[in-house]
Amino acid sequence: MFIINTNAMEKLIAGKSVAVNEEGYLTDFSQWDKSIAEELAQEAGISLSPRHWEVLAYLQNEHQNQVALSIRRVGKSNVVDIKEFYQLFPTAPLKTATKIAGIPKPVSCI
Amino acid sequence: MKNLVILGAGTGGTMMANHLHHHLQSPDWRITIIDERKEHHYQPGYLFLPFDMYSPDDIVKSVEEFIPDGVHLLQQKILRIAPTENKIHLENGNEIPYDVLIVATGAKIAPEETEGMRGTEWHQSVFDFYTFEGSLALRDKLRDWQGGKLVVHITEMPIKCPVAPLEFAFLADSFFKEKKMRDKVEITYVTPLSGAFTKPKATEALEHLLKEKNIQIESDFAIEHVDNTTKEIVDYGGRSIPFDILVTVPTNKGDELMARSGMGDDLNYIPTDKATLRSKDYENIFVLGDASNIPASKAGSVTHFEAEILTENILRFVHGEPLKEEFDGHANCFIETGNGKALLIDFNYTHEPVEGSFPFQGIGPLRLLKESRMNHMGKLAFRWIYWNVLLKGTHIPFVPATMSVPKKQ
Repeated sequence: MFIINTNAMEKLIAGKSVAVNEEGYLTDFSQWDKSIAEELAQEAGISLSPRHWEVLAYLQNEHQNQVALSIRRVGKSNVVDIKEFYQLFPTAPLKTATKIAGIPKPVSCI
Repeated sequence: MKNLVILGAGTGGTMMANHLHHHLQSPDWRITIIDERKEHHYQPGYLFLPFDMYSPDDIVKSVEEFIPDGVHLLQQKILRIAPTENKIHLENGNEIPYDVLIVATGAKIAPEETEGMRGTEWHQSVFDFYTFEGSLALRDKLRDWQGGKLVVHITEMPIKCPVAPLEFAFLADSFFKEKKMRDKVEITYVTPLSGAFTKPKATEALEHLLKEKNIQIESDFAIEHVDNTTKEIVDYGGRSIPFDILVTVPTNKGDELMARSGMGDDLNYIPTDKATLRSKDYENIFVLGDASNIPASKAGSVTHFEAEILTENILRFVHGEPLKEEFDGHANCFIETGNGKALLIDFNYTHEPVEGSFPFQGIGPLRLLKESRMNHMGKLAFRWIYWNVLLKGTHIPFVPATMSVPKKQ
């Protein structure tokens, strides 16, 4: 097989069966809801505060508008600066936050 | 008479001048290429300069030498593009009108984007190897360095030639082995990505090589600043990595000209259709190579493949025909792995680098995703091909512009 990103599988999250890729990212955003986000956050060791939800909503909105997400862009968004983004979603914030938000992992890089 | 103007006389602009002058000729067409620089640099050579594998003479030639007769070369600074007036404004006050514009102004490093990077240690213990000056300064430093912590670092993606920093780490390993001082040098590879490369299959092969060469990898590192006093790089999460020599790839940006012309995104890259290579905003502007925002590698091989397709699209455009949506993001690169060996990878927008042989399946002579001496020879031969074949727009036999997937497994 050449195209490896389409290997969809099902995963049980918050009692619902949802389609995910091999890295655990949802492949169908319509299956996302807040209980799924809560559980994915828990897996990443994060408990979601109102600030987390604001950032997640921003990321989902950008994704809907087909904006390519990058750390740089998030930092200039006026929603959250990079320092706080790291505090909210430690280690690899963009990867973690997009997973919880139910949107694809950004392909900012080639 | 109609005007076709090319901005930038680097790899892409020079190739387009050579392709197009066969087709768009006087008295119907006038082709003008504008670039203030006098020298054409073979940029892949910057990788070898620090290790004394190439000398400056191997890398630098004159711009003029590669521009065909009949194409007007203007060595002037460009002030701005006025895309709604179809004009180029030069710094000397002159205006150049165009009917068709090709932008090939490339990308360059912007160390000022990171706090402290261009600080007191710049070109003392903090180096880049994406400029001629940076590479030379690093060569002089490495010639009599006694050892310590060597940190090879990528600031953020996208960068030109995304494999170059890895190659640098591999070549450093063999350089210090040959100098019988590998045990005195600790090499660490620091990347904002989760692994060694952007494509999973190649990452596997490359991480194996890093391990084999005793190079530590620090992934998911998003740099916040360089501390020039303690000699550390520090990331937004508070992680810090000490260095004696930092070899960094700073943020890459498109030319400032895009900001002055109001045509770029936040990194000065021009929004471009990834299949036709036409600007998304202006129907008579085309973008080639590193200047565009298309999701392909920023590399000479990509530009070479783009140039073949863009030539056809420009000719279709001037004849009023629909554009071909053909570019598939094809990239093809040799990865120097040290000790006289190299890997070869071949991929595009959707296809991962695959194993096999190139350009002929089962025959080669080059092996894909496997280290071999032949690949290293291929990489060295490429410099000759660049100066003598590629820039002149001559098609390389058996190497198509789009990726030939069925040949590789």
